[in-house]
Amino acid sequence: MTSERRAFAYAPAPESRALVDIKPSYGLFVGGEFVDPADGTSFKTISPSSEEVLAEVAEAGPADVDRAVRAARRAFTGPWGRMRAAERAKYVFRLARLIQERARELAVLETLDNGKPIRESRDVDVPTAAAHFFYHAGWADKLAYAGLGPDPKPIGVAGQVIPWNFPLLMLSWKIAPALAAGNTVVLKPAETTPLTALLFAELCQQADLPPGVVNIVTGAGATGQALVEHPDVDKVAFTGSTDVGKAIARAIAGTDKRVTLELGGKAANIVFDDAPIDQAVEGIVNGIFFNQGHVCCAGSRLLVQESVYDEVLDSLRRRLGTLRLGDPMDKNTDIGAINSLAQLQRIRELTDAGEADGAERWSPPCELPEQGFWFPPTVFTGVGQSSRIAQEEIFGPVLSVLTFRTPDEAVAKANNTPYGLSAGVWTEKGSRILWMASKLRAGVVWANTFNRFDPTSPFGGYKESGFGREGGRQGMAAYLRSTDA
Amino acid sequence: MRKTYKLYIGGAFPRSESGRSYAVTDSRGRFLANAAQGSRKDARDAVVAARKAFGGWSGTTAYNRGQVLYRVAEVLEGRRDQFVAEVAAAEGLAPRAAGATVDAAIDRWVWYAGWTDKLTQVLGNANPVAGPYFNLSVPEPTGVVAVLAPQASSLLGLVSVVAPVLAGGSTCVVVASSARPLPAVTLGEVLATSDVPGGVINILTGAVAEIAPWLASHADVNGIDLCGTDLADAVDLERAAAGNVKRVLRPPASESDWSADPGLTRLTAWLETKTVWHPMGV
Amino acid sequence: MTTAALPDVARDDATLRAFLHGLPGVDKVGAEARAATLATRSIKTTSKRWAIDMAISMIDLTTLEGADTAGKVRNLCAKARRPDPADASTPQVAAVCVYGDMVQTAVAALTGTGIQVAAVATAFPSGRASLAVKLADTKDAVAAGADEIDMVIDRGAFLSGRYLQVYDEIVAVKQACGPAHLKVILETGELATYDNVRRAAWLAMLAGGDFIKTSTGKINPAATAPVLLVMLEAVRDFRSTTGRVIGVKPAGGIRTSKDAIKQLVLVNETVGDEWLTPRLFRIGASTLLNDLLQQRQKLTTGHYSGPDYVTLD
Repeated sequence: MTSERRAFAYAPAPESRALVDIKPSYGLFVGGEFVDPADGTSFKTISPSSEEVLAEVAEAGPADVDRAVRAARRAFTGPWGRMRAAERAKYVFRLARLIQERARELAVLETLDNGKPIRESRDVDVPTAAAHFFYHAGWADKLAYAGLGPDPKPIGVAGQVIPWNFPLLMLSWKIAPALAAGNTVVLKPAETTPLTALLFAELCQQADLPPGVVNIVTGAGATGQALVEHPDVDKVAFTGSTDVGKAIARAIAGTDKRVTLELGGKAANIVFDDAPIDQAVEGIVNGIFFNQGHVCCAGSRLLVQESVYDEVLDSLRRRLGTLRLGDPMDKNTDIGAINSLAQLQRIRELTDAGEADGAERWSPPCELPEQGFWFPPTVFTGVGQSSRIAQEEIFGPVLSVLTFRTPDEAVAKANNTPYGLSAGVWTEKGSRILWMASKLRAGVVWANTFNRFDPTSPFGGYKESGFGREGGRQGMAAYLRSTDA
Repeated sequence: MRKTYKLYIGGAFPRSESGRSYAVTDSRGRFLANAAQGSRKDARDAVVAARKAFGGWSGTTAYNRGQVLYRVAEVLEGRRDQFVAEVAAAEGLAPRAAGATVDAAIDRWVWYAGWTDKLTQVLGNANPVAGPYFNLSVPEPTGVVAVLAPQASSLLGLVSVVAPVLAGGSTCVVVASSARPLPAVTLGEVLATSDVPGGVINILTGAVAEIAPWLASHADVNGIDLCGTDLADAVDLERAAAGNVKRVLRPPASESDWSADPGLTRLTAWLETKTVWHPMGV
Repeated sequence: MTTAALPDVARDDATLRAFLHGLPGVDKVGAEARAATLATRSIKTTSKRWAIDMAISMIDLTTLEGADTAGKVRNLCAKARRPDPADASTPQVAAVCVYGDMVQTAVAALTGTGIQVAAVATAFPSGRASLAVKLADTKDAVAAGADEIDMVIDRGAFLSGRYLQVYDEIVAVKQACGPAHLKVILETGELATYDNVRRAAWLAMLAGGDFIKTSTGKINPAATAPVLLVMLEAVRDFRSTTGRVIGVKPAGGIRTSKDAIKQLVLVNETVGDEWLTPRLFRIGASTLLNDLLQQRQKLTTGHYSGPDYVTLD
């Protein structure tokens, strides 16, 4: 990929690590301050590109979760609940500004902790996170216009569990609407990527956010489970795997808890023979190799019309040859590290299964660093609809290529999955785009583009990809009690 | 002449495949009729019929769906006397009260029929994204919805839970009130003689506790309304529904006041938001 | 032009039109997003030094003013030979680009240097003249010693869909060029869409142009990154279809080293480093050279340079 033979080899262009001050250890953020966990346990968070330990992070047990939920309840019944909506809005606006002010620091920390390229954390994750706070802030004193009746009310204490693929951005998707609607939150970041959430806790302090409005409890699955099952949590919001989503839905059965789930996907990215091929190839690359494919809405199934199969695949292979894999802190890196060893092993297992199923595997020439967790951009051709790599979410830089002949066949194959999060369509024919968009059973359809996100644009799945929306007017419904009837 | 009450599946009126039936009595315990006692296999067949009908029903225009549903109300009103008698017997109401209930059910159906071509405008919107993209969010039907109809309100309650499913474009399998199933079967006859395509709504009678678990766990059912089950059973059903991430409406703590303004809750419960992006450029 | 892969698509207007309109469309937003992403490439230290020298060696140092004089052209030629008198390691530029009547002056000043003399011709910049005048213009410049001819296409004919007329004109000019290399200026700022840029690029290549060039420099916008991207994709695809390798020349509005380096990144990542040679990639510019020289001085001395440390010609 970044072969030495190139005349124009880009010299290393590393972002400065000194921009961020990582503490040796972090406590839990409860009631506006950092506190030690009740039983004093902790875990290490490492940089997946180097396996270097970045910090020790407190592991919240049930007692800590309880303490955080109590703090959130006190804030809800106290200052936050009593605050005028317009004042509440200003706090959320302030958080948006603070993210912008400390954007570079947040980007560096995100890249160190997650392994994603600095170009993405700098240009996508952090600015979009700030945009989420900015957009939602304005809702706080306009809730009567959200279409949920004349006087919708916050639900109460929200327990929020987020994944490791977009740590700060997922935090913003969760916290911004919750606060704007008047809820208080206890958020659990993923155990492999807790650091930007803990830096965000500092931003809450800088914003003088009343204690307990935002609480951050770090830990793994058990912490998340304690949070979701806590009896005083009124609202559960989860982004993550479909398996865990199902477990959460089971756990809260019979309670009054409201829930929204944003789960897995196996999106089809459908390329017709009249597509703008160069942009389609970019869309395919962006669809599956953005963020190492650690994207629930990734375009992991490429469906190419047979008549342009060779042309598209040739272009795709050539394009993949220009992807730069390596140090995520290098500003020219396109593909960073896989987030964890566990995820790397899952990707390996599924790609091995793909080969065993008879699919043909291809990667561009690509040297992987020795330290850290890495997987080369990989394309499988000759993939049958029944192959595991066509059915299961890989959550890695692995594209399965299938073909189709007619629009009906494309729709049938695209919809033939338990998931329904997103889909892509590439064609220059307007009426076909609209027909396809109406037939695809997916919550987001990108036509002649892919992996676009905006705080004003509702995002969420059909079928086993979850329910509820995040973003836009529709997203506010997840954090409000309708007074419509 | 005594009427035979059967199931309504895929536009036909089969007996239960199990061959079973059970005696239905009025509110004072007097025998009214034998109703089919639906089985898990009837539920399975009903889901297949509902899935088969989904493409056509969800794909038809909202205007057409509205007209079809309005036609149901017309036919329902034409059978007003029969419904008044059945509701009075089932719910132990005086004729005047039963008449008011039937009228409310007709009005409810008309109300929902009028929603079909307004939902997109009320619930959908363009999104002002920060970039050169056309971005539109619209509501779309969830798919196949299982409904456990209210146990007490045999017609108004039933209409209040199935009409929103149909208005939004989903198809449905409904388990009628176990003790008061006769108005539901008659409603099936109304549907069969109106313009609702077969399979769009499928009506099962029998024991909710027997049929509901199969619907709750069915992988080809996208949502379930637990209205007609008790809170204790609802927990297990909700757990089973998690198996394929069904949308779940939990049962109310007590029987709802079906005469109240229903609001949008039961419509939005069976709608998904689809967001479509497209670049804007020359 | 006929190859096995590409039958005679210019045999009549309908066939040519069908071919050009059958090329894959260009989605504006996607193309601009791709160019914007590549613009974030960070070129530092050794690669920056390499890129600056490469950019200097690719410059068609240009003066195309009504007020041009022989003296101005001679000064420009001196600058082309020794861009930085204080640093002999500075490469020469690729060519000097002038109006036809200045060709003799430029040739005299550049003989033996290896620097090419390029002349704009065909009623540059508007192209609004009869074919006979355009051909005479071309022959005149070639006779005066021009190594390269930068022609303009008839945008009016192109926009009204008379593709064969544009094609035939390019073929005729190419013939009039004799041994001189032909650069075909598309004047993309007047073509309105990227689809048209792609079609015009293919038209110019099919008709025998050795280079496709974005702009005259007299129209804004000129050599934008997405336009260059689309043209690079065209030469890439043309090569894979016909085997012929065509050069690309952005011109107009490229004023800073940053702009030039971004263009080299576009070349590198779109068609590959095979095109990173003055033989296949040129940058039409005038003020750009001084900015490149100041950046070069900064890399050499370690401190920022200033406009008084580069010459004004």
